[in-house]
Amino acid sequence: MTGYVQDVAALARKDFLLELRTRETVPAMLLFVVSALVVFHFALPATAGESERVAKGLLWVAVLFTALLGLTRAFVAEREQGIFDGLVLAPCDRSAIWLAKALSVAAFLVLAELVAVPAFALFFTGVDAVTIAALALANLGIAAVGCLLSAIAAASRTRELLLPLLFLPLAIPIIVGGVGASVADDPGRYLAFLGLYDGIFAIISWASFEYVVTE
Amino acid sequence: MLLLASVALAFWWVPDDADQGFSQRIFYIHVPAAITAYALFGWAGWKALRLLWRGDERYDLESYTAIHVGLMWGVITLATGAIWAKISWGVWWSWSERQLVLFLILFLFYSAYFMLRYSVDAGPQRARMSAVYALFGVVLIPVSFLAIRLAENFIHPVVFTRDGPQMAGSMFLVFCLSLAGQVALAGALYQTELAGKRLDSRLRELRRVLA
Repeated sequence: MTGYVQDVAALARKDFLLELRTRETVPAMLLFVVSALVVFHFALPATAGESERVAKGLLWVAVLFTALLGLTRAFVAEREQGIFDGLVLAPCDRSAIWLAKALSVAAFLVLAELVAVPAFALFFTGVDAVTIAALALANLGIAAVGCLLSAIAAASRTRELLLPLLFLPLAIPIIVGGVGASVADDPGRYLAFLGLYDGIFAIISWASFEYVVTE
Repeated sequence: MLLLASVALAFWWVPDDADQGFSQRIFYIHVPAAITAYALFGWAGWKALRLLWRGDERYDLESYTAIHVGLMWGVITLATGAIWAKISWGVWWSWSERQLVLFLILFLFYSAYFMLRYSVDAGPQRARMSAVYALFGVVLIPVSFLAIRLAENFIHPVVFTRDGPQMAGSMFLVFCLSLAGQVALAGALYQTELAGKRLDSRLRELRRVLA
């Protein structure tokens, strides 16, 4: 068990170091999420009233697409530099690769949200604690499902093209739960739903990752 | 195979005669089609699970074929659902019809399954990746159903249920006949497709050996 934790920690550390040295993914995500919010501002009709509730939905759209941006990059280094073969041959459980990647993607997503949420509050409307909690839960689900699908897409010929197609239908429940928690009067049910989604999909992603990477 | 298909057709003609007066006769096509599609997706998931378990490649084609046929029934469900919505509510699409929304999500999901298959080279890895994705689909069905039920509250709460007790005996009989007919037709198509796909893959193998 401690061996597993050590493997995960080592693999996640590798991702963070790689990101720290190349600075490819996180700055792109930050820039993208702010640009998206600006675009949304001009896409919304400038009438008061309902627009605050609508804007909350836009925050979720921005976060989802930013996550997608990060996920398309998640396994690029592995595939292009041939790291994958080394990882698969390494004497560790393959699901550790998935868990480490999910942790690093979730961490990048948190960084993006640290910029996105204040920017959203500045441009549109304030964000309450429930929305923050929903974002935290959604991050886990996005990272869990997204990393598995990203590994699948990385093995295909079309790569970046395939991932959104695979990911978006699976992300619809996250959006339902997230937007529901942000705008509904009784957010508890939506948060519980997000937690349920995280649990279910984390378990099957964890269990099935091995089959995806084995050649 | 033809016999099964003709039996299915015969089943289809019976309700048409028995229920001429009903405006919502499309119900006998729409709901069994939805159930058939669910059954096929479930079957695909089961085969996918067997593939991951046993590692036998023949389950890959079976799972793929089930999704192929299931997607056809999904389209039938969406189309008949849209027609029904037009007749009873005057619009082609209504977000409050939760079964239809679920089918739209599933349609997108399983279309992506095809994109996945076409963009990965054939082989055991594709078989396993497709199987994993098919398994995700089976899990996605109840999760999205729950999500749509939740979403209904903040969109609009039009509920359109039609369960067993509301049906008269004859209607239920026809419904069951239609369901049996559709399942038989789907089964027949599944067998035909499977035979075709097996032949195809065997041919390809043969060609590779000869080349």
